[in-house]
Amino acid sequence: MTHVLDPDALSHDARALVAPLPPYDDVTRSDAAFRAFLHGLPGVDQVGAEARAAQLGTRSIKTTSKAWAIDTAISMVDLTTLEGADTPGKVRSLAAKAKQPDPTDPTTPKVAAVCVYGDLAGVAREALQGTGIHVAAVATAFPSGRASKAVKLADVRDAVDNGADEIDMVIDRGAFLAGRYLDVYDEIVAVKEACGDAHLKVILETGELKTLDNVRRASWIAMLAGGDFIKTSTGKINPAATLPVCLVMLEAVRDFRAATGRQIGMKPAGGIRTTKDAIKHLVMINETVGPDWLDPDWFRFGASSLLNDLLLQRQKLRTGHYSGPDYVTVD
Amino acid sequence: MIGNDRLAVRKTYKLYVNGAFPRSESGRTYEVTDAKGHFLANAAWASRKDARDAVVAARGAFAKWSGATAYNRGQVLYRVAEVMEGRHAQFCEEVAAGEGLSSSKARAAVDAAIDRWVWYAGWTDKLGAVLGGSNPVAGPYFDFSLPEPTGVVAVLAPQQSSLLGLVSVFAPVLATGNTAVVVSSKERPLPAVTLGEVLATSDVPGGVVNLLTGDAEELGPWLAEHADVDAIDLTGAPAGRAMEFEREAAGTIKRVVRAPAGGEPDWAADPGITRMTPFLETKTVWHPMGL
Repeated sequence: MTHVLDPDALSHDARALVAPLPPYDDVTRSDAAFRAFLHGLPGVDQVGAEARAAQLGTRSIKTTSKAWAIDTAISMVDLTTLEGADTPGKVRSLAAKAKQPDPTDPTTPKVAAVCVYGDLAGVAREALQGTGIHVAAVATAFPSGRASKAVKLADVRDAVDNGADEIDMVIDRGAFLAGRYLDVYDEIVAVKEACGDAHLKVILETGELKTLDNVRRASWIAMLAGGDFIKTSTGKINPAATLPVCLVMLEAVRDFRAATGRQIGMKPAGGIRTTKDAIKHLVMINETVGPDWLDPDWFRFGASSLLNDLLLQRQKLRTGHYSGPDYVTVD
Repeated sequence: MIGNDRLAVRKTYKLYVNGAFPRSESGRTYEVTDAKGHFLANAAWASRKDARDAVVAARGAFAKWSGATAYNRGQVLYRVAEVMEGRHAQFCEEVAAGEGLSSSKARAAVDAAIDRWVWYAGWTDKLGAVLGGSNPVAGPYFDFSLPEPTGVVAVLAPQQSSLLGLVSVFAPVLATGNTAVVVSSKERPLPAVTLGEVLATSDVPGGVVNLLTGDAEELGPWLAEHADVDAIDLTGAPAGRAMEFEREAAGTIKRVVRAPAGGEPDWAADPGITRMTPFLETKTVWHPMGL
């Protein structure tokens, strides 16, 4: 290895600190073994995955099914603001929207979580006290992940101390693309430990992984390392969550549960803006991994503008006429 | 050499939405015939979802169009008239076939339509002076009023006059800075289709005008109830339904131009500014004097 991105990176022949769940407890015994395991995963038929995703996207979901899908999708939203210009006031108004997405209709379900930068997690925690809505914080030098491990772990602990009960970390794509899979694995293990009781979502940033084979490998690394959720993207890179990528990741969580008995959640993020997109994802879950994942504990949408479109569609179903952007909040 | 055995190129026209020419989302088309019942072309038969998409496009285009200077809007609209002039013969043919007019009467109608367009293009930067101005108030304020466009306007175009009537109801919507969703005459949609092609090749930004061919009776209620439509012109509403559309429009406090009583007016008459004012809102500013 000549290309070392992290001066604290493990040496070439290092052994993983913590072994994964059986029957995979020996795959991390060495760099070479882990690479052999990951490259031994079945290859992804890219054309097939795209065709399957496109075909599932043609399902027509109408009337009562659509109403159910909209309410389910709203309850799965991680309402997100990740801007440099975020203020405590903006986070508080987002929290208010998370609690009551549509003030004109109290039957609208609340969202699953509010997702902010770690330094604002405290503001979100205070605003959401007692609501059951989770506070998710991005950490580990989000979105690039380009910092030393010590800085990343400090970032995680800081977010947890501020009140986040879900941590969205980014994997080290540089290490992944350089082939240092064990380093990626160990970093996730260390972050998981730093999380304590907080749930860990592992962002693969699939837009930077280039191939679906890489997406499958990165998904397995994240699951083996103890991530509670795997998440497609930061939302800062295009392309973000595409249907074929989600299909491959859903197949990975399905296969992982079949092998180990542990269920992992899935969170597409970025690029999901319309109700139609959201419903396509719900159809895909049902057809790929089954209804066990049709639950906010196991599936989330990382989104900001999606919620308004879901609310507009909900208003359309309720009132019978088309609504407009004047009837939802400006974010 | 092209002989009589050449296959006819029969046209299937599409909608004009957001600067593109999509088919109807529903996949429906219908046959357009001339005044004597002979086949002319197939036209897209717009559905409520096409109307919804058109409103989204019109809303998206509103900021740019209403934010353009009145002078610039006038230039863009004048350019439309120039391109219409280039299609003069095609318009004449379509108007003559659709309305059953003699070629000289059709030419007169097309001339009047293009002149009408130029006339409205000239109004863009003059309306402010006619409808706005400073107001005398009893206090130390400089107080002035300005007309501003209302937003997205749905237009049910006249069913009889397929070009002059269409231009007469729809040019004022554009001239005042609004964006439009226009439902053409059902039986005589071809001049509207050609006008869409004219708009696509002139400088009007995509989405400012969205032309739907189809049935005003079917689309009218959806546009009248749509919460993101700010005003509706019911000129082409089917007889007997206009009152119902007005009631539906009231649910979202739209501005409404009522269907003319006693059939379509004489479109060749001087229109005045009464077709522009309904789509304007007056903003009044109180500015404290001093210093």
